[in-house]
Amino acid sequence: MSQAKVPAWVNLALIPFLNVFLAFLVSGLVILAIGENPLEAAGYLIYGAFGYDEGIGYTLYYATNLIFTGLAVSVAFKGGLFNIGGEGQAYIGGLGVGLICLSLDNTMPLYVIAPLAILGAAAFGAAWGYIPGYLQARRGSHIVITTIMFNFIASSLMVYLIVNWLKEDGRMAPNSRTFEENAWLPYLHEVLSPLGIDIGSSPLNLAFIWALLCCVFVWGLIWHTRWGYQLRTLGTNPTAARYAGIDTAKVTIWAMLISGGLAGFVGLNEIMGVNHSLLLNFTAGYGFAGIAVALMGRNHPIGIILAAILFGALYQGGAELAFEIPSITPEIVVVIQGLVILFSGALEHMLKDRIEGFFIRKAVA
Amino acid sequence: MPYAIELRDISKRFGAVQANKDICLQVPAGTIHGIIGENGAGKSTLMSIIYGFYEADTGHIEVDGKRVEIRNSQDAITAGIGMVHQHFMLVDTFSVLENVILGAEGGALLKGGVAAARVELQRLANEYSLDIDVDAIVEELPVGLQQRVEILKALYRGARILILDEPTGVLTPQEADHLFRILKALKDQGVTILLITHKLREIMASTDNVSVMRQGEMVAHRETAHTSKEELAELMVGKKVRLTVDKDDAKPQDVLLSAQNLSQFDSQGVKRLKNVSLTLRAGEILGIAGVSGNGQSELLNVLSGITPMDEGEIHFAGQVINAKSPRDAAQMRDLKMAHVPEDRHKMGLVTGFEAYEAAVLGYHNSLAYNGKILMNRKAMLDECNERMAAWDVRPPNPHLKTANFSGGNQQKIVIAREVEQNPEVLLIGQPTRGVDIGAIENIHEQIVKLRDAGKGILLVSVELDEIMALSDRIVVMFDGAVVGELDAKDADERTLGLMMANAHNKEQEGEEQEGVSA
Repeated sequence: MSQAKVPAWVNLALIPFLNVFLAFLVSGLVILAIGENPLEAAGYLIYGAFGYDEGIGYTLYYATNLIFTGLAVSVAFKGGLFNIGGEGQAYIGGLGVGLICLSLDNTMPLYVIAPLAILGAAAFGAAWGYIPGYLQARRGSHIVITTIMFNFIASSLMVYLIVNWLKEDGRMAPNSRTFEENAWLPYLHEVLSPLGIDIGSSPLNLAFIWALLCCVFVWGLIWHTRWGYQLRTLGTNPTAARYAGIDTAKVTIWAMLISGGLAGFVGLNEIMGVNHSLLLNFTAGYGFAGIAVALMGRNHPIGIILAAILFGALYQGGAELAFEIPSITPEIVVVIQGLVILFSGALEHMLKDRIEGFFIRKAVA
Repeated sequence: MPYAIELRDISKRFGAVQANKDICLQVPAGTIHGIIGENGAGKSTLMSIIYGFYEADTGHIEVDGKRVEIRNSQDAITAGIGMVHQHFMLVDTFSVLENVILGAEGGALLKGGVAAARVELQRLANEYSLDIDVDAIVEELPVGLQQRVEILKALYRGARILILDEPTGVLTPQEADHLFRILKALKDQGVTILLITHKLREIMASTDNVSVMRQGEMVAHRETAHTSKEELAELMVGKKVRLTVDKDDAKPQDVLLSAQNLSQFDSQGVKRLKNVSLTLRAGEILGIAGVSGNGQSELLNVLSGITPMDEGEIHFAGQVINAKSPRDAAQMRDLKMAHVPEDRHKMGLVTGFEAYEAAVLGYHNSLAYNGKILMNRKAMLDECNERMAAWDVRPPNPHLKTANFSGGNQQKIVIAREVEQNPEVLLIGQPTRGVDIGAIENIHEQIVKLRDAGKGILLVSVELDEIMALSDRIVVMFDGAVVGELDAKDADERTLGLMMANAHNKEQEGEEQEGVSA
């Protein structure tokens, strides 16, 4: 049966735009209700996120974390797995980075530490993804349940490790000692200033470049390798995967390894790039926000980059907004973020069918 | 006298697809009216409009000469229209009685409604001779009786017009005969019946009038007595078709595949395959006949390596395969066993993939499609283009999503994929299910060609016509076991039908026969 085609830009651009627009419309009503001017608020938000160099730097720094966790969710999702455990995998990935930095920063130069830290983040995150993956593939435990539980386990484990083993003596806060500077991932403004490019100082660091490389890697892996073919087959039609002789358990476990590894890179950005010490709760919900990013980005690296930047802008612009208009509290900013997730994720189909129907009728007429 | 139901200029469009176009239909009261057409001709859409699942874009429906608005199934029931769906809408764990009153309980408390329903059901059962134990649990009933529950459900709601959508798909020939006797009895009581089918035999045997649909349009109305199978087939496809397959006698050679005492249990521990033994020779087509769900799917899955066997062994390509030394589906493919699965949507294809991707499923590890790290997209596309031309797949667009091809073209993609690997043995399940007549002919020719090239073909089909037309030897399965084998030359519909219902062996009396004899 031949179907009239909906132009690609409708699905890729128009519908996400309308969803976000609606979310902002409702957010505007919320702001109106607390007695502030929505247009003024929108102005602060956009200016805060994109209006000046430092703002853009912060937006992209937040986006870096979201790209990693968004990619993590989408790789698992392509294999039909709902990985809710990005938060825990990112946390443990950070542990891997921290341990490498703490043990090598006195002896080794950055170009040795950085690759090892990347491997450490990937290995620790992957290990945390492996256990739920193994349990799903070989023991039939549902991945959603186990990954959620592993978030809690990761959280408790990190508290124990940092408080009892890694905390610097004499420090009040539960932090490890600060790494030596040769274990700091360079800031992008530092890298660019010798070239005469001034982007203003922000926490944006080389992890952002690594995130973009990961996007290319995921794109090639999923759409251009045998393994990606098997993953997509498993994700869309598990029966066909068994028919095709695909070892579904093995693919499932590998999908979770890769997913966990990608989430682990949040540690690279946060621990090695910004905080320069191992600390508690640096993941700050990026693992969960990654689900929304993947959903909104249609599980495609390009979409994930765009969605991550949008959410990064909400984080950064929201902070600016709460600062400029005191009656708009950080909680209101969370409400706005929630509305964006609601409209672009949960209510995705509210507009989709109607708009597609409109274009199909137009194409037919 | 007004017609029991009359359709006037019904049109329905889904997006770009004109599913029904200016359909007119007049059905006199107390007749059985057949509606025949290929898959995708628009029969189901039309029935869905009558039953209120869809609303027509234009046109209207008249019942007993009065115009009715049918917006949902409740309106249809009020207008006296009942429907028996192809896939039964029954709650398996409920009793017959509970199923019948479902949605018509008559109050918050069940007690009163149940008692009244029991009396009413008894009356209906007597009036239409539809005997059934109203307290039996539905899942324990044979399929034929489950269908009877569906009919009772419709009648209980006061249906005077009964629509049956492909009612015999799941029945043995004997059960089907019994169904048609019931329909005749209903007709004698004044019930009007609309019978949707693509089986010419049923139309000829049971209807008073027949209407033919093709590509969304009503192309002909005939009195059944004044038409023939050949004319109807021609009207359905719009060109002359053969209902038989041209082939020479088989010249069977060496044994390629032999299975001994294969058994397999499902996850609940139920034995689905019971000590099945068979041999397949080079240059022959071995047909597996049987009513759907009697172990054929399990046999295909075990032979192809998709599910491991629990007992028995397979000898193939010089190897002994048993529970201790199993082979998975990929390994069986490497041994040159190809498999066209029964259900192309669930198993044979990934419908979200573009055609060129689906065209390598199972062979995706082959060197031909892979570079060192990345898959060789160009090689896949080139090959897909070639095959689409050779197999006349339409539209010949390797980038079209598999889901957007018609059933016949999807099946060609699957069969081409398996046959072009030049296998020694081809397992092929329901090769023409949901495929239109033009493509059926083509697929049958390809199967015979493969046989003549000295390959062994194991054919599973629930269509007796297909089994008889293609097979050189026929094995009949019932309840997971092989219950008989015969040469295709000695096979006729009646013998096979009795074997399929396991009624040919007197010593194997059992409750299985209830559906046939009750």
